[in-house]
Amino acid sequence: MPRESYKVETHQYDVVVVGAGGAGLRATMGLAAKGLSAACVTKVFPTRSHTVAAQGGVAAALGNMGEDDWRYHFYDTVKGGDWLGDQDAVEYMCREAIPAIIELEHFGVPFSRTPDGKIYQRPFGGMTTRYGEGTAQRTCAAADRTGHAILHTLYTQALKHDAKFFVEYFATDLVKDPRDGRITGVLAIDLNEGTLHLFQGHAIVLATGGYGRAYFSCTSAHTCTGDGGGMVLRAGLALQDLEFVQFHPTGIYGSGCLITEGSRGEGGFLTNSKGERFMERYAPNAKDLASRDVVSRAITMEIREGRGVGEHADHVHLNLAHLGADVLKERLPGISETARIFAGVDVTREPIPVLPTVHYNMGGIPTNHHGEVVQKVGDDPDVVVPGLYAIGEAACVSVHGANRLGSNSLLDLVVFGRAVANRCAEVIKPDTPHHDLPSDALDPALAYLDRLRHANGGTPTAELRTRMQKTMQADAAVFRTADSLRQGCAKIDEVFAGFEDIRVSDRSLIWNSDLVETFELANLLGQAVGTMHSAEQRPESRGAHAREDFPERDDAHWMKHTLVTVDDEGRCAFDYRPVHSNTMTDEVKSIPPKKRVY
Amino acid sequence: MAEFTLPKMSKVQKGKRFAAKPGAKQVRNFKVYRWDPDTGGNPRLDTYEVDVSGCAMVLDVLLKIKNEIDPTLTLRRSCREGVCGSCAMNIDGENTLACIKGLDELPAGDVSIYPLPHMPVVKDLVPDLTHFYAQYASIKPWLQTESSPGSRERLQSPEDRKHLDGLYECILCACCSTSCPSYWWNPDRFLGPAILLQAYRWIIDSRDEATGERLDDLDDPFKLYRCHTIMNCTNTCPKGLNPARAIGEIKQLLVNRTV
Repeated sequence: MPRESYKVETHQYDVVVVGAGGAGLRATMGLAAKGLSAACVTKVFPTRSHTVAAQGGVAAALGNMGEDDWRYHFYDTVKGGDWLGDQDAVEYMCREAIPAIIELEHFGVPFSRTPDGKIYQRPFGGMTTRYGEGTAQRTCAAADRTGHAILHTLYTQALKHDAKFFVEYFATDLVKDPRDGRITGVLAIDLNEGTLHLFQGHAIVLATGGYGRAYFSCTSAHTCTGDGGGMVLRAGLALQDLEFVQFHPTGIYGSGCLITEGSRGEGGFLTNSKGERFMERYAPNAKDLASRDVVSRAITMEIREGRGVGEHADHVHLNLAHLGADVLKERLPGISETARIFAGVDVTREPIPVLPTVHYNMGGIPTNHHGEVVQKVGDDPDVVVPGLYAIGEAACVSVHGANRLGSNSLLDLVVFGRAVANRCAEVIKPDTPHHDLPSDALDPALAYLDRLRHANGGTPTAELRTRMQKTMQADAAVFRTADSLRQGCAKIDEVFAGFEDIRVSDRSLIWNSDLVETFELANLLGQAVGTMHSAEQRPESRGAHAREDFPERDDAHWMKHTLVTVDDEGRCAFDYRPVHSNTMTDEVKSIPPKKRVY
Repeated sequence: MAEFTLPKMSKVQKGKRFAAKPGAKQVRNFKVYRWDPDTGGNPRLDTYEVDVSGCAMVLDVLLKIKNEIDPTLTLRRSCREGVCGSCAMNIDGENTLACIKGLDELPAGDVSIYPLPHMPVVKDLVPDLTHFYAQYASIKPWLQTESSPGSRERLQSPEDRKHLDGLYECILCACCSTSCPSYWWNPDRFLGPAILLQAYRWIIDSRDEATGERLDDLDDPFKLYRCHTIMNCTNTCPKGLNPARAIGEIKQLLVNRTV
């Protein structure tokens, strides 16, 4: 029981969406457009969400700049994910990509244009034509600010449909109906008023993003703290494939700010200290446009072998100057500015110092292609959790498998944001009455809130957070070994246990960002522990999970999704779901596993 | 009598001083506006002596204060690379984004940090932007069309698309509007530079079919014509955009329409 008595205001909606990034906004506007009452609860004003930082573009086989087919896109995505993606969901995403992107244009997204006025498309890593033969120009771009353009446009669509937003409300926990265990709401703090709110919905949609901030150096925003994943773990549900963490090859050395893969799509290339275009050795065909896991490993190898650049020989160069000032200004203005500010580099004359940097979580809350959260119950690996949905980086559908292709993330957001809105419209009748919750339904969530609010230990939140981030950075890195992971597990377990001694200094309720950061740290910690232990138990190399002691992929034993639960004490338990190797329709054939070369 | 001083409760008082740790090397003083809604009272200016080694941007310093000196310091921040607009504040007298304001850009001496001016303060460096966002919604900032777009994208020539450059990049940080004296005087009725730039973004989009209605809506002595070309907006925009020019273009379109 909480030691204070808290006053909680109840709000009832057909659907409650948590998070207002690309996925959350696409879901919210879609729900509003379909006549359902929807509340979008978000800890930041929608246009501050991390989707805004996506640069290079969004993939769809429109064929505006040459031959293309969504089946090629399907093949590339399955191969890019190293055969861990569920092929039915990949089929759905790649086929729906075309109407989903056309729809974005109709919403007003300011895409760059071809001379004949169509959406401009650029090459991106791993995107090919004719099942690996040629280079596809598939990535639809608004210069190098595509995420910004999409996020702002989706927010305007939500305004158009008069969707209801609760801005700067921090969701702390899922709320279950204790009578049947159904997830029926979320508890949130209104930061501006310091008051508590229960949002009840027939569906709760978690669109809370990834947990990049579990690492010390990442491209992710400060707010990428995996709040949905944290809430799901606390509710006793399993997360999937957490060991697959994408390192983007080109984060700016030092700050970690993202330099889009589109810069290589436009013709940029990487060099080592000898001025050598080393990607030619690692990926003879795709070269600098191999998939991200391949390029990140290549850079790491170059540095290890003493061919890094700079005083400490610990990074490489990304060369763009040969593209010329006009192309840089028209196609890559955003990263030109970022490189100037954060690396002091004039890209028209000098290379950018870059380093593989944590960028994306392929793993997350397991769902099917409707966005419904699924769990394994007994022998059934696809049991839907009633009323709970997850989309975007928070979710693991799984379309990205063991490694996401660049420009498939913005696509994932809009396709599955839309899918959830459609699904909710199918299964929920507008204004269906809610059951009142029994008075003790909120006790677990309030007790948790109360515990953190009065946390009075000896370890400030920032200190424990830094320890977690450094542990993840050191031991769940680009390359992993049994030794590094065993050591990492011991260290991260110790950090997790350290949360018992956490101290919150700010005792207020209005905009108590010290308290919010402590909630966020708890969410990160669960997923950090899950990530390290999931990596430790998978003895193979697949996609972004590269084990030096197990350099080969082991399809016979490990072509399966890891499920991990993390209990209150930080103990992990594992189970597995089979990969869906089947497609959804006969419009495309399933791709059998083969060796992955670029 | 006109009142020429701040109201009593708005006077900023001297606050606490947090001395640098012994042995700190590159120490700089940061004077930060603090106001706690829970305890009320007057706002104060706390002084933090910070070892800025390892800090490139003002945001790095503020987070160092929050992480290592005073966890109660409250500010918005997210992307840390100048694209989300969260950490807009007044640094050394200028509205800008803390995450892309380099310490080396600031003149030597103490650095003062205040919330965006002339907005209600929620706490410390967090202003209340509710009204600003409501003004944004008031201009119907979405594509308005009557004609059916068909099953493919609407076509837009690269030349027409170019008109959106310098406009669509706006991150709604509110630096410009809160630097505008006209907006300070009439925030209730003047839309301010950020919102007018957004309005022009839709007016000039070749795909939009509500240009006439949009211009009708702006043809108002307060919404648009409180702009007196002071140009603070353009001078302060951390993204290098030119809201003053956008406002000038709207005025020009209205003139063209009447002659």
